[in-house]
This record gives sequence, structure tokens and C-alpha cells, in this order.
Amino acid sequence: MKTVEECIEQLLAGSVRALARVITWLENDDPNAVLCLEKLYPHTGNALVLGLTGSPGTGKSSLTDQIARYYRKRGKTVGIVAIDPSSPFSGGALLGDRVRMNQLAGDPGVFIRSMATRGFLGGLAQATDNVITAMDAAGKDIIIVETVGVGQDEIDIMRISDTICLVLAPGLGDIIQSMKAGVMEIADVYVINKADHEGADQLYSEINSRIMQDANIKSDYWMPPVVKTIATERKGIEELVVAIESHQRQLKDSGDFLKIKRERIREQTFQMIHLALFQLLKEQMIQNGRMETLVDAIIDKKENPYRAMQQIVNEFIHIPTR
Amino acid sequence: MTKKKIKVIVAKPGLDGHDRGAKLLCRIFAEAGMEVVYTGLRQTPEMIVEAALQEDADVVGMSSLSGVHNYFFPRVVKLLHEKELEDVLILGGGIIPDEDIPELKQSGVAEIFGPGTRTDHIVKYIQENILA
Repeated sequence: MKTVEECIEQLLAGSVRALARVITWLENDDPNAVLCLEKLYPHTGNALVLGLTGSPGTGKSSLTDQIARYYRKRGKTVGIVAIDPSSPFSGGALLGDRVRMNQLAGDPGVFIRSMATRGFLGGLAQATDNVITAMDAAGKDIIIVETVGVGQDEIDIMRISDTICLVLAPGLGDIIQSMKAGVMEIADVYVINKADHEGADQLYSEINSRIMQDANIKSDYWMPPVVKTIATERKGIEELVVAIESHQRQLKDSGDFLKIKRERIREQTFQMIHLALFQLLKEQMIQNGRMETLVDAIIDKKENPYRAMQQIVNEFIHIPTR
Repeated sequence: MTKKKIKVIVAKPGLDGHDRGAKLLCRIFAEAGMEVVYTGLRQTPEMIVEAALQEDADVVGMSSLSGVHNYFFPRVVKLLHEKELEDVLILGGGIIPDEDIPELKQSGVAEIFGPGTRTDHIVKYIQENILA
């Protein structure tokens, strides 16, 4: 792999090595990264992106494994992004999702990449967007993104998925839990995994209660399917895929597909611009020592951060006025 | 540019079911700031190499307690080279008799870390050989 162009060409032609290397560049914000993304972008738009999220230990990895196997039987190629948290103390990570997908090993139609969050909050890794772009351009029909085990509030998965499956397990909460905002609101499909455990039926009825509440409160509400699965026994997987497909159909029929696409592109583009601008400003302020001088002045009460912020923004950005 | 993280695959080739040592090393490498993929038990050489390829690993560490190292370790080296992954640092550990070490190193295993090796020594070895 000599040049970036050669690498991209090989990636588009199906080289696993090239895809893996490009993903590394994207993760590390390598100088090659932006050029790669520019070249890859025109080849995207074909993949169905499934987001799998839920609390730690609910069975997301096992479900990812089963969903991938199901799609493989249908002849689809699958890319998997499996995300685990980085330690805020050491910066390292134990990437332990892949270990549950050993059945997929040896299948050339599956590409699994583990990613660490590297300090990014919200359930994803910072480069997840871009990695999906790479896998999409590489021709994967289905891309499954498995978030870290989330709490109630990490909903970044919304930005990048076509269909979100929220994975729940029995015994983790009561009816009030299921009424709360946050991650409970973003599900396009509710999955009750470990459905053989005690409390599964109760959870099923609580989720359906929530859906009925939502139907009463929201106008124009499409009721998400609720599917019971036992991932380790391969039970309920076909029903899950049927549910995913029903959501996809609903998006297309209602025209929401385009609306969501616009929102996603808007969010993504804003975020990229935001990051790029801030990076530039931060580098400059560190390099010319201005940040340290400012910190000293704030500590000595000679300056206040709010005033400083306004001054810096005005200096740094000239927004052309009409 | 984000600071480079060292990506390590920790694998148990063959039918050996004892992975306490391998798991401990996973934790130690993560504590040292590395991103560690634990592949689990019962890995074939093909599975280990596939993981190294997809994860763009810098290091492949293999643990063997059941005496299969003379077959598995060189086979993994061979497959990695076939996939043009010559830059991957290949390490071995577990129960490896001293007399087997020279041949393993000749086949391409960079170093063998047996029981009693100080774990910070292993971490240092990796950091010196990867960021160099």
C-alpha cells in the first residue's frame, strides 16, 4: 500500500487489509483521514446501519453475532463495529465484544472491528461515523454498530443508525424505569433478550404499556415492535429481523426516511465543522502560550473566562456580514 | 492527530482451556494504555490472523499451556506473513520449555515470556518495540 489513493482503491476493490488500515487512520485522526473520507464518501449510501444499544450485560454482542449470522445466510455481507469504553484513568481499553462472535470467524463476508471510546461520551467512539463510512464504501450490505453498555442517557447512536434496537433484559427495573426519558425513547425495536429469565413476561407487558402511553401522547406515532429473544439459543432472531424490516418499510412509506437523513447530515456536518474549528483555535492558543497567560489572569482575578471567551471568539472568527 | 494507541490481540490457540494468565495480561496491557482485543479460547491460527488483520493489530500475544506452541506459534507467524502483516510483533507465553525457545524465535516469534516474567517488563518490551 503505497499511497492513500492506492489504499482507497484496494479498499473499494474489497481488500480487508486496506479497510483495516483506513479505519486505523480514521481512528487516529491521521493526516490522511480527511482525504480518505473525501474519496470514500461518493461510494456510500448502500448499507443498512443497525444500532444495537442497551445496558451492560443485556446480550448486545451475542445478538449482534446472531443477527450477522442470519443476514449471512441471506447472502448479505456484514460489517460490525463493536465499541467498548476506554479507561478514563489509563486511556487503555479491554475490547471484549469480539470474543462473543467467534462463530463468525473465518467467514470472509463478515468484517469485525473493535473500537474504544477514547474519552468520547454518548455510547460511541469519536470516529464511529467515519468508520461506518469506510465500511459502507467497502460494500458491506449491513453494518451493525454495537454501543458500549449504556445507562439512561447516552443516545449518540441516534445520529448514525437507520434502525435502533434497544436491548433489555429482565430483572433490571420496574415499570417506572420503563417510563423514563433518554435511551428508552430512541428505540425503533424493543428487544427483550434473555427471555427465558424470570421477569421476562412482566418486562414485555411493561414495555407494551409504555408503547400504549406513547401512542396516547404522541401524534403520528408508529408503534415499535417488541421482540423476545434468547440470543445464546438463537431464538427470536428471525422475528427480530422481521421487526427491523418493518421499521425500514415504515420509514420509507411515511417519508420519514428523507427527513431523518437530512437531520443526520445536518448534525454530522455541524459536528465536523465544530471539531475542525475548535482544533485550530486550541492548537493556536496552546502554541502561542495565550491559554496559559489567560489561565494565570483568571486565577489572579484580572480576567474572567466569560469576557475572555467573547473576546477570543470575536478575534478568531470573522463572520462576513451581508 | 490523536496519540497512537497500541492495539494488542491476546489469543489462546488450540484446545487449552486455562486463560487466567491471558486475562490478567489483558488487564495489565489495558492499564498500560493499550487497546486489547481478547479473542477467547479455542482459536485456530486462521482465526487469530483474521482478528489481527481486521483489528490492524500491532501485537499478537499467544498463550499456550498445553504444549502445542511448537505447532501453533510458527503457524500463526507464517499466516501473518502470508497476509503481508510482517510488521506485527509476535509474542508468546505460557508453559514453553527453554529448549523450544530458539526455534520459536527463528520462526519469527519475537520473544517468549514464561511464568514469573515481570508483567511491567512485558509492557516495556512492547512499548519499546512498537513506538520505536
